[in-house]
Amino acid sequence: MSTAAAGHHDHDDHGPAKGWTRWLYTTNHKDIGTLYLLFSLVMFFIGGGMALIIRAELFQPGLQLVDPLFFNSMTTMHALVMIFGVVMPAFVGLANWMIPMMIGGPDMALPRLNNWSFWIMPFAFLLLLSTLFMEGGGPAGGWTLYAPLSLQGGDSFAFVIFSIHFMGISSVMGSINIVATIFNMRAPGMTLMQMPLFVWTWLITAYLLIAVIPVLAGAVTMLLTDRFFGTSFFNAAGGGDPVMYQHIFWFFGHPEVYILILPAFGIISSIIPTFARKPLFGYASMVYATGSIAFLSFIVWAHHMFTVGMPLAGEMFFMFATMMISVPTGVKVFNWIATMWRGSMTFETPMLFAIGFLVMFTIGGLSGLMLAITPADIQYHDTYFVVAHFHYVLVPGAIYSIMAATYYWLPKWTGNMYDEKWGKIHFWVSTVFLNVLFFPMHFVGLAGMPRRIPDYSLQFADWNAVASIGAFGFGFSQLIFVYVIFKCIKGGEKATSEVWEGADGLEWTVPSPAPYHTFEKPPAQFS
Amino acid sequence: MLLAGKLALFSLGMFAFGYIVMPPLYNVICDLTGLNGRTNSAAVSMPTGEGVTDRLVTVEFVSVVNSSAAWTFKPAQLTMEVVPGKTYKAFYTAVNLTGRAAVGQAVPSVAPSSAAKYFNKIECFCFTKQEFEVAASKEMPLIFFVEPDLPRSIDTITLSYTYFDTGEAPVDIDLTDS
Repeated sequence: MSTAAAGHHDHDDHGPAKGWTRWLYTTNHKDIGTLYLLFSLVMFFIGGGMALIIRAELFQPGLQLVDPLFFNSMTTMHALVMIFGVVMPAFVGLANWMIPMMIGGPDMALPRLNNWSFWIMPFAFLLLLSTLFMEGGGPAGGWTLYAPLSLQGGDSFAFVIFSIHFMGISSVMGSINIVATIFNMRAPGMTLMQMPLFVWTWLITAYLLIAVIPVLAGAVTMLLTDRFFGTSFFNAAGGGDPVMYQHIFWFFGHPEVYILILPAFGIISSIIPTFARKPLFGYASMVYATGSIAFLSFIVWAHHMFTVGMPLAGEMFFMFATMMISVPTGVKVFNWIATMWRGSMTFETPMLFAIGFLVMFTIGGLSGLMLAITPADIQYHDTYFVVAHFHYVLVPGAIYSIMAATYYWLPKWTGNMYDEKWGKIHFWVSTVFLNVLFFPMHFVGLAGMPRRIPDYSLQFADWNAVASIGAFGFGFSQLIFVYVIFKCIKGGEKATSEVWEGADGLEWTVPSPAPYHTFEKPPAQFS
Repeated sequence: MLLAGKLALFSLGMFAFGYIVMPPLYNVICDLTGLNGRTNSAAVSMPTGEGVTDRLVTVEFVSVVNSSAAWTFKPAQLTMEVVPGKTYKAFYTAVNLTGRAAVGQAVPSVAPSSAAKYFNKIECFCFTKQEFEVAASKEMPLIFFVEPDLPRSIDTITLSYTYFDTGEAPVDIDLTDS
């Protein structure tokens, strides 16, 4: 009796704690990954709701629904929520769930830090969203918070700054944890060049985060002291320079762009080989391309500022450096296509999202190349063409990769297969509406419609109405995503441990659902 | 964890780089290169040697009052034809219409920015703040010269001043009188 009881007791100790405090106190990488992903899903609908307010106002010319200040705070908040509250936490959540399992480690290297980096996030966003209900309203000067405009709002600005500080602390702690995990927790014998690409891209992303998030913290701290403590970093009357804010901000901002897409590259590099049933073409070149993109991201920031009045030599440098990024990115796109070439392809939902990513991200990359051309950019600057560009790389880019990853690993997380029919419906409905939403923005942008404006001239009316219809279609079709996830958590066809026929990697060697603790004994195949 | 500690230190270092190093670095780069139209913010000495008399450069004077501050701020002359190497005197006039005693500060900028480092101010009202009584008007002098080695491709230099109300209370004006 005693041995059986002791054995039973042992087993209990290794399961999740009971009650809701499990989620508060957890240091388990899978629990924290789940928390991040659910947080990101909630924020996706909050940020999406803001986008629908914007598109409802822009459905026809004139001011109908909201006042312009509120409209401006919607564009600002939509961006802050989607970037810091949706895409980044979702990638961190995926990293938490998958990196220890992919490298054969038992957990993240710093589990308590991990708990803390998640639990800062809800409070950071509570601070940020609460500014909407304060006197003077939320931040309304655009997510870039350009001085001096951003300094002219209400006192709630301090809350915005502090919430950005909190998000930054969370991201930096999460990144330190990921780097420490990758360097210290790999299965014995696993070399860096044997790591899955998702792990590689996250390693490089984590370094980018550690390098640039503190610079953003510095920039917003300067805004804070300019606004409340009488410094003149960006105030020309006191000897400062508002253009300097743009330089510092984009020194953060451009690597941030790659922070939002490199993990996506890793996800796509996991999914395409699985459903093409071929190993990834050009693994080493993928790693080097990721590294090159990360390096180049530090020397192209001023392409966001071609119209501030730079000397010709500066414009030429930033133009050519920017165009150079398309070389490693082109290597990646080529490798993904070469992986599919003559593969035995099947088109389950994760693969549909991955191919959707490949096609539409490339459209966004191409419009990015157009924007890199300095003389052309002076025409495109701050128009809807820019809006179309970055939504093409972020929505069918980053967001589609997150959805692909969710469908791909959901059976591993829940132990149940998701509903394939509804998954495919989700993909096709989203893809159609997404293009109805964002493609017309190219046209109105090239015709000169400025961004961040609640009203517009009549000649833009038709395409704006079309885009708004696409927006509502895309927004509501995401309810299908929630339905599929919910249904999959509740039950469904039991998943095998491999889940996918062509899947390769350590995460597919553990049972589905993945036990609460995996790889307490490291896997042997690398030593 | 040694690695985690190093990474945390690195992130603190990057914060210091952003907050402490970047602003002075930016100023140094702008001052050295004249990027951003930055001209000298402290007086330089008189030019030595002869002016280059075989060419004339047009200097245009522009004025802007920042945001909606209740000031008038205008140059006394719109353009001047100058010989590079010779010194000239120009004037700007500012009137305080704010209804209170106020302090103003002008911030200069030169276009094209490649001309900025050839445009030198020997004396300028922009070097200091000016205190104004209610409705006071001041004519403020500027003494400058254009360096003789200004590239031949530049024949017009635009000097722009933006006038700011610093929001400070004047120190030297007895406010009880006004």
